[in-house]
Amino acid sequence: MGIVSPGFQGRPRTQEPALPPGQYLTEDFPVLSAGPTPRVSLDTWEFVISAENGSEHRWSWQELMALPQETPMVDIHCVTRWSKLGTTWQGVSLDTLLADVDTGAHFALAHSYGGYTTNLPLDDLRGGRAWVVHTFDGAPLPAEHGGPARMLVPHLYFWKSAKWVRGLRLKTMDEPGFWETAGYHDYGDPWREQRYQGD
Amino acid sequence: MATSKPPRTANRWQVGRLVERRVETPTAQTLVLEVPDWPGHLPGQHVDLRLTAPDGYQAARSYSIAGPAVDGPGGPRIEVTVQRVRDGEVSPYLIDVFGDGDPLEVRGPLGGWFIWRPEETAPVQLVAGGSGIVPLMAMIRARRATGSKAPFRLIYSVRTPGDVIYADELRRRIRDDFGLDIAYVYTREAPEGWRGDPHRIGLADVNTHGWPPDLEPLNYICGPTAFVETVADLLVGLGHPSRRVKTERFGPTG
Repeated sequence: MGIVSPGFQGRPRTQEPALPPGQYLTEDFPVLSAGPTPRVSLDTWEFVISAENGSEHRWSWQELMALPQETPMVDIHCVTRWSKLGTTWQGVSLDTLLADVDTGAHFALAHSYGGYTTNLPLDDLRGGRAWVVHTFDGAPLPAEHGGPARMLVPHLYFWKSAKWVRGLRLKTMDEPGFWETAGYHDYGDPWREQRYQGD
Repeated sequence: MATSKPPRTANRWQVGRLVERRVETPTAQTLVLEVPDWPGHLPGQHVDLRLTAPDGYQAARSYSIAGPAVDGPGGPRIEVTVQRVRDGEVSPYLIDVFGDGDPLEVRGPLGGWFIWRPEETAPVQLVAGGSGIVPLMAMIRARRATGSKAPFRLIYSVRTPGDVIYADELRRRIRDDFGLDIAYVYTREAPEGWRGDPHRIGLADVNTHGWPPDLEPLNYICGPTAFVETVADLLVGLGHPSRRVKTERFGPTG
């Protein structure tokens, strides 16, 4: 237990649902990004998975939409300490996108229109735990929230769910992404409170 | 001290104590905290503050650091400026209850992206919305403290003249800090003698008071999401490369 700050009570404890340590509940959907919002045309949009052997798998917007769609309802946890429960998305499971990719890589670097990157273990993108999503709450995903399409990897802090995603580079060695290079954790499990390097 | 790298993220929670409080506006106060093992920081970085209740319940929030650390008799002091969030869990406590000498826990500095390095010589464009001024003020203060000659421009959007945080100091700095220009945008109520009507920040404000893209300024925007989106789009539209536009957004929670 930390040092008690005199007179601090905090919110009533009883109504709080189970949240990861250090998080608080929000009904809003705050925006966190490091620069201007990229605007990506659907005509030129593509999603590319590049395997470590140099092979590439590409999907246009139409091709992505023609794949089997899933509607995950998940809780999301931002490293800036807000959590939002029961969010509803629509998109394509990474299991589907990775199905025909021949790889022995252990890591993925997600990269985005606008230059953002974030690193994840490839295993975390499998097993029904990760999606490329294009719809939030029944409507097309707004650009400031990562539209036209973003990653959704809700079991990790939300910066791992790259906005404006453009593709994955599969790697045998882990390579830190944008926030990870700036001091944030390489894995980012909210339940273990892995916010910063060394946590 | 100018360093080229942000100090290594300090992971340990340590105790900080309130040593001074300044009222900035009716809804914002600056808290000066004595943090004995503070490792130093770069302008634009932030700090996590954690409060613990008698039953062990904890709440933590991030706050931008408002200026360079200064040495006090009990060790380094850092300051944060807290904007009251209505029905907030932490900010009303920090403003109304947290008392002189009281402890809380501090972790930082944090954030290695929205920072200005005092050895940079490029022109700097700062655009603040409301309490988004705080990390930008840290840059303005560090510029003076390090003797930087990088030319700075600040565009500061507020609802009314009474909402200007650091108002007296900014008035003084316009006079004393050579190479610092400040322009205000008022969205609800403008002071006597201000040209034009209150309005939300737009192309004319950014074009008139900002650096042209040809000078390749570093742009820092901080404020509420809608404000940051607007200004970042304007800057990109004017020809500033996205990579020279750094943003930090305040959610409505706290």
